[in-house]
Amino acid sequence: MNLDNGTSPVGIALLIKCIVVREWSIAVRNPGQWLNPLLFFVIVVSLFPLGIGPSPATLETIAPGIMWVSALLAVLLSLDALFDADYADGTLEQMVLSGQSMSLIVLAKVLVHWLLSGLPLLVLSPILGLLLNLSLDTMPVLMISLFLGTLTMSLIGAIGAALTVGLNQAGVLLSLLVLPLTVPVLIFGSASVAAAASDISANGPLLILAAVLILALSLAPLATALALKIGVSGSN
Amino acid sequence: MFKWLHRFGSAPFVYRFSGALAPWVGGACAVLLGIGLYLGLFVAPTDYEQGESYRIIYVHVPAAIMSMFVYMVMAISSAVFLIWRMKLADAVAQAAAPIGASFTFLALVTGSLWGKPMWGTWWIWDGRLTSELLLLFLYLGYMALRAAIEQPQSAARAAAVLAIVGVVNIPIIHYSVEWWSTLHQPATITKLKPSIHESMAVPLRFMIFGFLFLFGYVLLVRLRTGILQREARASWVAQLPEIMRFNALAPAADSQAVSPSKHSETKHG
Repeated sequence: MNLDNGTSPVGIALLIKCIVVREWSIAVRNPGQWLNPLLFFVIVVSLFPLGIGPSPATLETIAPGIMWVSALLAVLLSLDALFDADYADGTLEQMVLSGQSMSLIVLAKVLVHWLLSGLPLLVLSPILGLLLNLSLDTMPVLMISLFLGTLTMSLIGAIGAALTVGLNQAGVLLSLLVLPLTVPVLIFGSASVAAAASDISANGPLLILAAVLILALSLAPLATALALKIGVSGSN
Repeated sequence: MFKWLHRFGSAPFVYRFSGALAPWVGGACAVLLGIGLYLGLFVAPTDYEQGESYRIIYVHVPAAIMSMFVYMVMAISSAVFLIWRMKLADAVAQAAAPIGASFTFLALVTGSLWGKPMWGTWWIWDGRLTSELLLLFLYLGYMALRAAIEQPQSAARAAAVLAIVGVVNIPIIHYSVEWWSTLHQPATITKLKPSIHESMAVPLRFMIFGFLFLFGYVLLVRLRTGILQREARASWVAQLPEIMRFNALAPAADSQAVSPSKHSETKHG
């Protein structure tokens, strides 16, 4: 049943388990890597009322947009380091050479990245939503939309992180590459929260977000794997 | 048939072929733009609602069409480059990117200039204008990525991946922005769609084809420069008449560079 180009791939389950365990232990030992973007998210969200004014009515109308833009920027910030350490110490090269499916490795890495960057953001979002005067009824929609959206962001952002791997000043370039691609996520994400806040069904935007997520899940790992192979082959 | 196609993989052939083609494309462009501008600016009637200011569509619409078209050209040649490893396809994509960005920028500027008399403001978050703005960001991202990677081969391949990722996203971005702008705006915004009279549409068609040939001409010129840059060390480049003529001018500079060594030789002697 081994159809992969002559090498002996381990089972998919084992491969994913190895990557997940590895990424998880690295992240647990470097809490700053995933805590800093979270802190950034909290600070950016609390800066908006200071800049715009504390009027509850104003905050309520712009809260969905603020939450979503801040979440996008926080995920983007955390993406910067997604492949850099692995590139610097040669792990990435070994992964490419291992003969395992690079797309699967990428998918596992991105999922762990999301567990550490998207999920905490999701958990924190209701508290920050309260600060921005969002009603409690909108919280489920906020959390579902952030779940779908941040996962899509991580997947799309991984393409950008892979394209800029090993470059100087990759951070600015990464945002230039990735942010235009995340516009649909931003639009439907904040639209779903805004709909819920004005008591309209948020199902439409949420379903579109889910569709975009499925598209990203199926195509983004392929592009990321290709970009990583290019990045690794260019380094020597 | 395939033999004929195969020749487009050879840099010297494409260099000569595009050199022979460029004047014709440029001439066609000049004729089409000349007729289009004359008809559009002097012959076409004044619009009863917008007055003379509507005439900016003769630049705005072709520029907007070309901004999308050039991205498609870029993405298709990037795919050809990635799949068949055809280096000239990458040269085409590289040459097309700044042209496409210029068309996009032109479409944005003319759209904004048109918005002032039409909407009373320089900028409106209209669906089409917003997607043009995002398209400009995609072009700039492509060029920035190319510029950031030092090794030319990986720069070419990474940029090609980005162009293809972009082309998958463009429809999604476009329709989400469209949906977003209809959600946020009253439906009173005037559209271009209302049927346009034949006397106004004919100059527009001339301008669209004129812009298409303008793109073709600039692309050919940029492609030739790009090929020379890529093949600078190849012997066929050194034997080109234009390069030999340039080198014939060089000895003046060369002799200056050589003279100090002659000095030291005479000293030794």
